[in-house]
Amino acid sequence: MAVKVLIPTPLQKLTGNLPEVEVEGRNIQELVENLEKKFPGMKERLTDEKGKLRRFVNIYVNEEDIRFLQMEKTSLKDGDEVSIIPAIAGG
Amino acid sequence: MSYVLGLRCRECGRNYPPEVLFVCEYCFGSLEVIYDYARIRKVLTKEKITKRPKNLWRYRELLPLNKEPITGFFSGFTPLIRARNLSAYLGAKEVYLKDDSVSHPTLSFKDRVVAVAISKAKEFGFNTVACASTGNLANAVSAQAAFCGLRSFIFIPADLELAKIVSTLIYGAQVVAVEGSYDEVNRLCAEIASRYHWAFVNINIRPYYAEGSKTFGFEIAEQLNWRLPQHIVVPVAGGSLISKIWKAFQELYKLGFVEKPRTKVYAAQAQGCSPVVTTIKENSEIIKPVRPKTIAKSLAIGNPADGYYAVSVVKESKGWGEEASDEEIVEAMRVLAETEGIFTETAGGVTLAVTKKLLAQKIIPKEESIVICITGNGLKTQDAVIPQLKKLWHIKPTLESFMETLKEHT
Ligand SMILES: Cc1ncc(COP(=O)(O)O)c(C=O)c1O
Ligand SMILES: [Zn+2]
Repeated sequence: MAVKVLIPTPLQKLTGNLPEVEVEGRNIQELVENLEKKFPGMKERLTDEKGKLRRFVNIYVNEEDIRFLQMEKTSLKDGDEVSIIPAIAGG
Repeated sequence: MSYVLGLRCRECGRNYPPEVLFVCEYCFGSLEVIYDYARIRKVLTKEKITKRPKNLWRYRELLPLNKEPITGFFSGFTPLIRARNLSAYLGAKEVYLKDDSVSHPTLSFKDRVVAVAISKAKEFGFNTVACASTGNLANAVSAQAAFCGLRSFIFIPADLELAKIVSTLIYGAQVVAVEGSYDEVNRLCAEIASRYHWAFVNINIRPYYAEGSKTFGFEIAEQLNWRLPQHIVVPVAGGSLISKIWKAFQELYKLGFVEKPRTKVYAAQAQGCSPVVTTIKENSEIIKPVRPKTIAKSLAIGNPADGYYAVSVVKESKGWGEEASDEEIVEAMRVLAETEGIFTETAGGVTLAVTKKLLAQKIIPKEESIVICITGNGLKTQDAVIPQLKKLWHIKPTLESFMETLKEHT
């Protein structure tokens, strides 16, 4: 079950400058664990000590914010696209 | 001459050099510009500021440029108006309007942030600037990029008001209308920003860009003769302006220009998009993103990046938050026009409508000083008010026709 993950600039150091990687995972939680296995350091950047997503980390599955879905439990299927994005100012 | 020490993560406190960085690599917290206030204190005085040209660069020691600014020479120093007619309408004693509806050159407070962002982008050597915008930022970036000879790409939600689109295209910018909400435009831009070497003013230039909003706060203090108001009502979209007004007051205090800030800060949002106000009212730890549905499109950010900081400014200052319905927004736009002769956009309607509610609820006492932040111009959001306006009189070009019509209506 491979999912495409878009990596934001601040995390590209961990992926050897790759802006896009493929990772397995049935849901976001698993995906984060597997990202950590492939690219050590990922997990502590995305989640706090309690394993909850940090408040400035936004994750999207096929363009949908997971806070509108089932948060970390949001399920993934083959071919899904996950985007990790820091909070952005605007106006 | 720069007084910038560096960038610092607002979440975990890690320090970074003042480069093209915008979030902490460790925790994704946003980065904030840190200054050497001890040195600024030695060189900057109120008298010195007062003698400088009336633009936002009069506070340049407190802005993050290394070189001379290249734009914004007529931006800032907008009127602070003692609004007597509006005071009477509201039944309040001392009401001021900080009026950025007449900001040069694009009629919103975004001229301030963009003056800093574009100057900084040029310093960093970029030749292309870009932004995701709910409209006002689009106007400001395209105008100032044109003036500075930079190429610009502007990403907007496709359903934006026509006036805001026209007043972006006219400067020669490439406008990209994205079929989605502003939050979707923002997400897309973050993805684009990590592929192209462009200065996205609200993404990779954000720490510098956001500092420009402080000048709105500096000016209020200066124009009140270096006093701070007891209350200030601020429109909130991403939550940057409200946080930076507070930072501005704190900085003036650090420099000894004003007394310890006791101003209560209030967040104003539209009912159809009020994630920050909801968090304040529910005293909640987390901000739930929303899908915006409001005529106040410039404030329609459902996932506010600086939302947590906006909430903490409100709490720290002992202020509050309130929201306005679409009808209340339009009503307030009319009230401001009919009492003070100022045509503000929907965001200004939100701010005034919220002020009125806070006064009615006695959250703001009516005998204390209040500043209402008017941040944009009504010519850009005419669609919102058209259904509410008086009907025209259609007549023939004869005196008779006019007199007849006048009689009919009186
Ligand atoms: C007219 C107007 N007022 C206020 C704001 C709110 O600014 P912030 O995103 O800094 O909260 C905006 C943002 O776009 C705006 O266009
Ligand atoms: Zn951090």
